Amino acid sequence: MAGPLSDHTPEGSGGYRGLVGALLLPTWIAIGVFLVLPVALMAVYSVLTKEFRGGVDWQFSLAAYDQFFLNRGLFGDEPPVLEWTYIAIFLRSIWQALLATVFCLLIGFPTAWFIATRPAASRGIWLFLITIPYWVNLLIRTVSLKFLIRDNGPLNEALIGIGLIDSPLPLVNTNLAVQLGLFYSYLPFMVLPIYAAVERYNFALSEAAADLYASRWVTLREIVLPIVRPGIVAGCLLVFIPSLGAFLAPDLLGGAKTFMIGSLIDEQFKGSLGNWPFGAAVSMILMTLVMIALLVYARSAAKGEAA
Amino acid sequence: MSDAIDIRRVVKRYGTFVALHGVSLAIRDNEFFTLLGPSGCGKTTLLRMIAGFEDVTEGEILLFGQNIAGLEPNRRPVNTVFQHYALFPHLSVLDNVAFGLKMQGVPEAERRRRAGQKLEMVHLSAFADRQPAQLSGGQQQRVALARALAPEPRALLLDEPLSALDLKLRQAMRVELKQLQEETGITFIFVTHDQEEALTMSDRIAVMSAGHVQQIGTARDMYEAPVNRFVADFIGETNLLQVDVASVAGGMARVVLPGGHQLTCPAASDAGGQHHLSIRPERVSLVASGGDLEVTVERVVYLGTDLQILARLDGGADVHVRIQNSARIAVPSVGDRIGLRIEEGAARLLVD
Repeated sequence: MAGPLSDHTPEGSGGYRGLVGALLLPTWIAIGVFLVLPVALMAVYSVLTKEFRGGVDWQFSLAAYDQFFLNRGLFGDEPPVLEWTYIAIFLRSIWQALLATVFCLLIGFPTAWFIATRPAASRGIWLFLITIPYWVNLLIRTVSLKFLIRDNGPLNEALIGIGLIDSPLPLVNTNLAVQLGLFYSYLPFMVLPIYAAVERYNFALSEAAADLYASRWVTLREIVLPIVRPGIVAGCLLVFIPSLGAFLAPDLLGGAKTFMIGSLIDEQFKGSLGNWPFGAAVSMILMTLVMIALLVYARSAAKGEAA
Repeated sequence: MSDAIDIRRVVKRYGTFVALHGVSLAIRDNEFFTLLGPSGCGKTTLLRMIAGFEDVTEGEILLFGQNIAGLEPNRRPVNTVFQHYALFPHLSVLDNVAFGLKMQGVPEAERRRRAGQKLEMVHLSAFADRQPAQLSGGQQQRVALARALAPEPRALLLDEPLSALDLKLRQAMRVELKQLQEETGITFIFVTHDQEEALTMSDRIAVMSAGHVQQIGTARDMYEAPVNRFVADFIGETNLLQVDVASVAGGMARVVLPGGHQLTCPAASDAGGQHHLSIRPERVSLVASGGDLEVTVERVVYLGTDLQILARLDGGADVHVRIQNSARIAVPSVGDRIGLRIEEGAARLLVD
């Protein structure tokens, strides 16, 4: 560190650096308390022994991970085979989260495009309208959705009323209902980053592409999508990650068949039936998966940048 | 030479605002044609209509005899150099240049070769693998030019392409653009508000103002024989003097200046009454006595190569004169009474 400034005033720059450290302290505290500490706690809990009434005994044990991956028979005395129950829940959750992400993208991209191409003065109003439902608590919104789509709810009654169907559509406790719940919960997380990317997009580029004989479709594929890609990726991550761990929508709108990771974890920390180390282990496995997905993305993005 | 682009009574309206009032002009093949005018005169609108980015409200645009009014931009055999280049930021320089060829279905090896040639033409071969953001403004400008030329369009549209460059680069690019146009033989339609650019590069110029074409002609026509007050004032510097037309005979008019001086000059029409007279400041010389006009020197400005003399006619009108700086010249002082001799034919009577 031999910048011209530090050459002349070594004490001053040292003092400045000390001040930076002090100014950053709140950030470090926040990260420590809200990020590092809870994750560390989960990691520790996942290797402790289950206490009978819920909670943990401070005794090292890999039982939680064992329970997740291996089946040793009803009495634990058979040779271990791979346990599919929880892996199946994971696969189903990933599938549900992927579907929710795709639906959010299909609806969110045109929505974001529409808002970003309005006159600057009215964009704020559109964004405001998008966020209005989110002033209400997620739980209440999800319950309301259930009331809307239940057998004798307004949706089914309206459909029967106009003679489109004879008996109510069984929507509650289906995958469709869970999808609807996830879509409704996370759509703005798709719209907002894509909106930010499209708003920065220089529409002269679309004119240039058209001028060079590209059709509208080809312009979208070759020019627009690659340029707004960071917004799309951010939106997909912001929908996919919380969808993967969601438990309100699957719990309230789905049934046993739509059991997802979030609900599995949620259950482990409820009452005396719970299993804290197992819940912590499932959380750690989920977090590891998400981290791997993010790392793979970051690497491919870095490669794309370098190319 | 046939007409490359024939614009017939084209009108453009945005709601109640009329951007173009029935513009007609014919651009010849292989011509460097410039649309010149102040901002808001409709020149860019006209260019964008040729490219296909704006609809034609009324009238028609023929491109090599074909009416292109209803054609999408991607179906028109013209390419554009955009004002702020509009290079694709995610593609390399070479891929930018090859984009049009790719869209035309030219095989990869062939389009790389042809794009490479165009990059060579604009002296950027060494930068083929760079991203546009890594280039300077002048280099980006050249890439935009190469990209628009690569598909070998029949006409190239240039929308103020030099306006974002600094002066030195702008002057160098003028020469290069003109050379490129001559080498490729492509019709260039160049939009600018900079009259110097227009005068130095163009085969012909259309001066536009407020949605009308004021005059079409060569640089020399514009400068030496402006048809109206707007053109005389817009192109170069001039003295505009209000005069009364005393008599018209044989294509020559006798006009009376504010101070009572009389002059004979070519008459554009045989109408009498009040008109404006345009006299270019460099077409006037200083004489000790017996000039066409008699003035009082108000100020002398030293400009290096030239001297600018600001003087006042007896009638109250201001006249400025430019004379070449030379040791042989007796520089007048402020307050001197001097005579001005106007070159023959240099005073032009204008239609308002």
